[in-house]
Amino acid sequence: MILAFFALSGLTVASALLVFVARNLLHALAFLVLSFLGMAGLFLTLSADFIGVAQVLIYAGSISVLMVFAVMLTPLASRNNGSTLYVIPAMLAAGGLASLIGFVAIDTEWDERKGEALGVSDFTTTVAGIGDLLLGRYLLAFEVASVLLLFALLGAIVLVQERRRAGEEA
Amino acid sequence: MSEQPMRPATPMLRQIAEHRSLLQRFMGVSKEWKGFALLLLGGLGLSNLAIAYVVIDGRLDGQWYDIRDLGNVTQHLRSWMQDEGFHPAVPYLTTALLGALGILSVVGGWLLIGSWVERRVLAKFQIRQGPNRTGPFGLFQPIADAVKLMQKEVVIPRVADKFLYYAPPVIIFIPAILGWGPVPWAGKMSFLDLNVGVLYTIAISSLGVLGVFLAGWSSNNHYSLLGAMRTVAMMVSYEIPISLALLAVVLLTGSMQLSTIVAWQANYNAWLIFLLPFAAFTFLFASTAEINRTPNDIGEAESEIVAGFYTEYSGMKAGLFMGVELGNAILVGAMMATFFLGGYTMFGLETWIPGYLILAAKIGAVYFLFVWLRGTLPRFRLDQLMGYAWKFLIPLSVVQVLLVAVEASIFARWETPALFPLAAFALLNLGLTVEMVRRWAHALGYAPEVAQQQPVMATAIGGLKAAQKMRGG
Repeated sequence: MILAFFALSGLTVASALLVFVARNLLHALAFLVLSFLGMAGLFLTLSADFIGVAQVLIYAGSISVLMVFAVMLTPLASRNNGSTLYVIPAMLAAGGLASLIGFVAIDTEWDERKGEALGVSDFTTTVAGIGDLLLGRYLLAFEVASVLLLFALLGAIVLVQERRRAGEEA
Repeated sequence: MSEQPMRPATPMLRQIAEHRSLLQRFMGVSKEWKGFALLLLGGLGLSNLAIAYVVIDGRLDGQWYDIRDLGNVTQHLRSWMQDEGFHPAVPYLTTALLGALGILSVVGGWLLIGSWVERRVLAKFQIRQGPNRTGPFGLFQPIADAVKLMQKEVVIPRVADKFLYYAPPVIIFIPAILGWGPVPWAGKMSFLDLNVGVLYTIAISSLGVLGVFLAGWSSNNHYSLLGAMRTVAMMVSYEIPISLALLAVVLLTGSMQLSTIVAWQANYNAWLIFLLPFAAFTFLFASTAEINRTPNDIGEAESEIVAGFYTEYSGMKAGLFMGVELGNAILVGAMMATFFLGGYTMFGLETWIPGYLILAAKIGAVYFLFVWLRGTLPRFRLDQLMGYAWKFLIPLSVVQVLLVAVEASIFARWETPALFPLAAFALLNLGLTVEMVRRWAHALGYAPEVAQQQPVMATAIGGLKAAQKMRGG
């Protein structure tokens, strides 16, 4: 477990760093996908199988393709991703976020169990619980998200629809 | 009809005329060999009787030498290691390695013979022999091909993005192997029996897109990029019908675990292809798009864009792309068998024959269907293919999901034997599917034309009339 944790977090952090360092946008994208996969592995070791698989499905599988298309369709996307002054506020924001998360992680009382106390029965499936909560307590949020996605879909269709000029038939 | 003149006997025709059937060949052998064969058959029958006795007696169940389920071996190994007091990581690591070795040997073994099988079967469809010179029945052909590919000079385009050019043949292989994880080969024989097996399958299949795209982009070639864009668009579109088809399966069986889906089908003795014919068709068709096989192989349509996204790859790198196609084909066969054809079960036959052999036979059947499609159907055009996914498969799949949701809620409340609702659902779904497909296709303008009574082409050039005149008709 410890081995898996360190290997996966090493992979995640190293590839995240390479995303930052890589000069080429598509190289950065490839490393980003690697980092997503490492995150999914971390979720799996925490026995959050649904979130792990959703991470692969949504981030590594779909968001990355979206980014590929964004990179392809943006002019000057393949240019050298040189250093700009935006680095400074980005570094500040990232540092602040990292210290916030670190503080919360250290401050929280973790229910830590090791060895014998760690029974197999502690790891129950998360899918049923997530499903119950989504269609029970958080139904409104779920429906709002679906409506939002529907509107995004309709908006995309309206945006790319070919407009017929006046007087032109079919 | 007048007498046709005899065609001159070409060597090939003579060969066909002299070809003897298997029975004739058997009758031709000598008496001693016949006796030997009878003895062999008798021995086999006796040993089968012995096996039947042991199986019915139930003294085989769960023993480590019960090879109907290789999971028994690992289970006994694990409990033995725990008794011996090994570190708790050792049994898990050992069984994990054994399982991984099993999966890798399945995929690797298929890579060794897969291309031979495909070419031989395809050759039969096209009434020719196929590879038959290298070794017995041409069995060593794939090895010869691999050796040829490996010693070929690897040409790398000077303007290619080196880092991203080397990665894709490896990246694209990962999902082809990872996808085997949740497939149950027998009761205890699944490597990674996840609760979210169906989601895992979809997630893994979406990983291949990136490898394809990076291959096309980094080659710095128009054909490669075009093929990659086509493939990515196609794979992204066809993921939706696949997900909707699997959603119908999950709704009806009430589980996302692959072993539970198989157990459901075994429990009710009902394969899901009978209950959800449209979902099965959607899954099969969309899978052919997902893995780039005919009729949906526009991503690498060789008559249009050379070899699509791997045009610039040569030697074993191109070989890896072809190998991935082979591997994906049987992976999809395994998925199809697991979701829709009852997986490793066969109406009770699995107590007699190892489940993994049944699953392998089903994979073979689906693969045969793929080769059949390849030998029969022409390639779709890009816009036809995308239109088919978005205008035809997705709306009908959504309707089907609604229908199955209603059926599943009825089924969950049903108390008397499950046969009646299941039979009713099967008939209802089949009828509705046919009607729905007919009407929707008609509304879209896909309606099949009334069959032409006379071949248009032959009539246009006067060929048919000329032929009829020659025959005196």
